[in-house]
Amino acid sequence: MPFDTSLLSIEMLTAALGLAVLILGIISPASAKKGLGWITVIGLLGVSGAAIGFWGTQGSVYSGMYLVDNYATFWKLTFLVAAVLVVLGSMRYVDNLGGQTEYYSTLIFATLGMMVMASAGDFITLFMGLELMTISFIILVCFRKNESKSVEAGIKYILLASMSSAVLLYGLSLIYGLTGSINIYEVGRIVAMNPVSPALILGVVMLLAGFGFKISAVPFHMWSPDVYEGAPTPVTAFLAVGSKAASLAILLRVFVAALPGIWEHWAMVVAILAGVTIIVGNLVAIPQDNIKRLLAYSSIAQAGYILVGLVTATEAGIKGVMFYAFLYVFATLGAFTVATYFYNITGSDKIKDYAGLSQRSPLMAVVMLVAMLSMAGIPPLAGFVGKFYLFTTIVDNYLWLAFIGLIMSMVSVYYYLRVALVMYRDEPADSTPIKVSSPVAITLVVTMLVTLIIGVYPGPLSEVVNAAAHSFFLQ
Amino acid sequence: MLTISLTHYVVLSAILFSIGLFGVLSKKNAISVLICIELMLNAVNINLIAFSKYITPNEFIGQIFAIFVITVAAAEVGVGLAIIIAIYRNKLSVNLDEFDWLKW
Repeated sequence: MPFDTSLLSIEMLTAALGLAVLILGIISPASAKKGLGWITVIGLLGVSGAAIGFWGTQGSVYSGMYLVDNYATFWKLTFLVAAVLVVLGSMRYVDNLGGQTEYYSTLIFATLGMMVMASAGDFITLFMGLELMTISFIILVCFRKNESKSVEAGIKYILLASMSSAVLLYGLSLIYGLTGSINIYEVGRIVAMNPVSPALILGVVMLLAGFGFKISAVPFHMWSPDVYEGAPTPVTAFLAVGSKAASLAILLRVFVAALPGIWEHWAMVVAILAGVTIIVGNLVAIPQDNIKRLLAYSSIAQAGYILVGLVTATEAGIKGVMFYAFLYVFATLGAFTVATYFYNITGSDKIKDYAGLSQRSPLMAVVMLVAMLSMAGIPPLAGFVGKFYLFTTIVDNYLWLAFIGLIMSMVSVYYYLRVALVMYRDEPADSTPIKVSSPVAITLVVTMLVTLIIGVYPGPLSEVVNAAAHSFFLQ
Repeated sequence: MLTISLTHYVVLSAILFSIGLFGVLSKKNAISVLICIELMLNAVNINLIAFSKYITPNEFIGQIFAIFVITVAAAEVGVGLAIIIAIYRNKLSVNLDEFDWLKW
């Protein structure tokens, strides 16, 4: 059977870009290294253009090992957009820090890992993508290698990440042993035909634990606040959006495509996991005084909302997850870019130092406000529409979960608005205006506009995710 | 005479995995924890190869998977040891209990 390797061209381009940045960084003089950020942005935008060209392509390479469908393409575009925004928002930060070559190329390889995950058709591809992403992120997390906090975050991340990978792999090996196949869709057919065995349930539980770690679902979330606080802020942003979105993409692929045959056995577990994650994430966010930890807990809560879409394992649920994940990327990146830039100027992550930000930099304050209100789900912002899609899938059978989501959304408004209050009401201790550099301003304006526009006019994105969710079941 | 069957391999792998998991959760030394993670990954490899031999004897899926696992584990340990060296320079210790700058 001839293989159509052109289906792999986006990944090849990304890999080539990562290597090119690495080589350019080595051969260019130190003064020219600031240009690497722009090369990365332009390269990633080019790859995104190629990825848009793949919209509507349906196919698989190497007998189902690597899938190309609208579902995968949508996720890839999400990752690429996130990577572009992160690079734009972090150029100045990295220039201050040094080591641009390694930073940009590792970031591109992390993106490549996510793209491989979104397209994974069997367990080997899944594992390779996951590890490419995870190892790249480990390197990025301890990028400030002379700073204790960053390295400590790195060691916590690598130990827990490799442990969770091992648990996940054990689950995968059990499922392989019980079905004799590692192809996700084939496993789905075999699982549906055979009776359920306890070993299969054990495998599913281990998968859920492994993926739950990656998306930081409670009770596997303990690493994320520490790592989010210790890592360099742009890395935290990318970790919060990219790593989580990619893990969700593969989580959906595995659970909805490979394990729908035993849906009744895992639906309740996922529902409880989602409920606990929403509750703990929102409640523990309340006392935080560090903006990165606050955003870390809020992102745990967001993971809980997104998990709700998995409970029913239907096309509507997948659509809700994709829609919400897309919005989540923009809202979170907006908030984290403000935090990155604020840290650059003031060297502080404390919420109380954000006092009077509205006077010092109205743009940063308003972006933070919009991002947080969107995450809290206040209409007419995008987060409201996203939560609406997610929770409509479960109101029929899991009303209690919808109830938890509703109440905890109200709770979340409290801690989000507390930040807004500090920014708008309090007088600044130091009232020098903060001048926002143009790449950062681009990121901030883009994230804010997307959040506003999708909130008011969700139609086009909704159609796109519909097509993507539909293609999921065609393989 | 006792013949070795699939069950033996799976039980061995389960025991190895449990020992590794216990070590990860109880050891204080970062390097010991890395070694215990390797134990867990090797338990997975035993599983994969045993399943490959007994369940799908005509295909080599499990073997190929195991090779990938070994390769990735090597990369992971490489990064892990580098980080341990970096933290040792900062803190002059590899004891996990002392890594407490970050608290929730």
